[in-house]
Amino acid sequence: MYSGINISQTDARPMYLQIMEQIRARVAAGDWLSGKELPSIRALAAALNVSVITIKRAYLDLENEGVIVTRHGKGSFVADVNGLAGELREARLDEHLAEAADLARQLGLSEDDLAARLRRAQRNLDKK
Amino acid sequence: MDHKHIEMRSVRKSYRFFTLDDLSMSLEPGEVMGFVGPNGAGKSTTLRLAMGMIAPDAGEIHVLGHAMPDAQAAAKRDIGYVSAEMRLLPNATLGWHMEFVKSIYPEWDGGYAAALVKRFNLRPEQNARSLSVGEHVKATLLLALARRPRLLILDEPTNGLDPVARHEVISEFMDVLRDDNRSILYSSHNTVDVERISDRITFIDRGRVVESSNKEDFLDRWRRIHVQLPAGVSLPDLPNIVGRVEDGQFITLTTNQYSEGLRALIGSHVRDVQRMNLEEIFVANVMFHREARGA
Repeated sequence: MYSGINISQTDARPMYLQIMEQIRARVAAGDWLSGKELPSIRALAAALNVSVITIKRAYLDLENEGVIVTRHGKGSFVADVNGLAGELREARLDEHLAEAADLARQLGLSEDDLAARLRRAQRNLDKK
Repeated sequence: MDHKHIEMRSVRKSYRFFTLDDLSMSLEPGEVMGFVGPNGAGKSTTLRLAMGMIAPDAGEIHVLGHAMPDAQAAAKRDIGYVSAEMRLLPNATLGWHMEFVKSIYPEWDGGYAAALVKRFNLRPEQNARSLSVGEHVKATLLLALARRPRLLILDEPTNGLDPVARHEVISEFMDVLRDDNRSILYSSHNTVDVERISDRITFIDRGRVVESSNKEDFLDRWRRIHVQLPAGVSLPDLPNIVGRVEDGQFITLTTNQYSEGLRALIGSHVRDVQRMNLEEIFVANVMFHREARGA
């Protein structure tokens, strides 16, 4: 039984988005490689104690994003697209950068100040 | 094409102080339907009609393809019904009850029953009289589940259960749904559980269906929109607004049909758009329909 995915009732996001996010993270991290078969909709619903329709919605939207492919009668698989994991990670990086830019604006930092801080963070990583 | 597991059309049932009217709903194989309503809304009456325990004054009811209540004997072989009012025989043990149900229903699955005894922490040798409220509920559910019926009709199945027991019981419901030809209709006050495990949700109030829809649709359509309107500015006419509370410059709108277009109509005055959970949707929906019906 697959139960690594968690659903939080206090998370403001709907359950299907929480599930999508955790599946994307597994693909981005390379834990779920392209071609890997996902649990069937009913098996995942039973494992997470979540309605079938919620899992269907999550799988459908992941398919539209190109993260998974569903073959009728065969099941759903992580999409076989070169560089998909890289793309997902880059998308995550862009999200974090957008958040950082927003915070910087709230703090009144200039573009150069923000860039300098980013460089400092990169140097700190190198030292480790 | 398989039969719908439950189909009710324009059903009416009158009592002296209560009338269930114009009730239509359907349940497909493989689905879980959550039936939600305030006390006295007509939930138990509807479930009893589905079981053929009472006959409607008007309308049609088909369950697993059988006309109810006329063909109830045939339908009931494949339905498991549990209600909070059910009482086991106080002086008989759980084991005796299990043998009894097994003798009536050839589909009884002894292995599954034994597994449920373990998972629910029950003791077959214990007299029903000495069971706690929660154990009694779990025992009645066990007797229904172990028959592996195609349709489960459960009236407030998680009432009186502590959080751990509720989790155990709900896991068993979801396990039933691994088979896409089995279905569950259950009523509950616990909107958190309903929101989590239902595919379809039917809201009922004062003997009438308020709305019946796919759960994801409900959660997608309803939103609260927080608006801040500077003095002297007024909002254009907005469609699909079912609730409006004003407090100085601050206005809270509730919509049952959110779209980006609606947001664009309000424009830069929108401060925040929030999703609503099922409980909030239920209360807003009931209040709106009561107003619309002039109650």
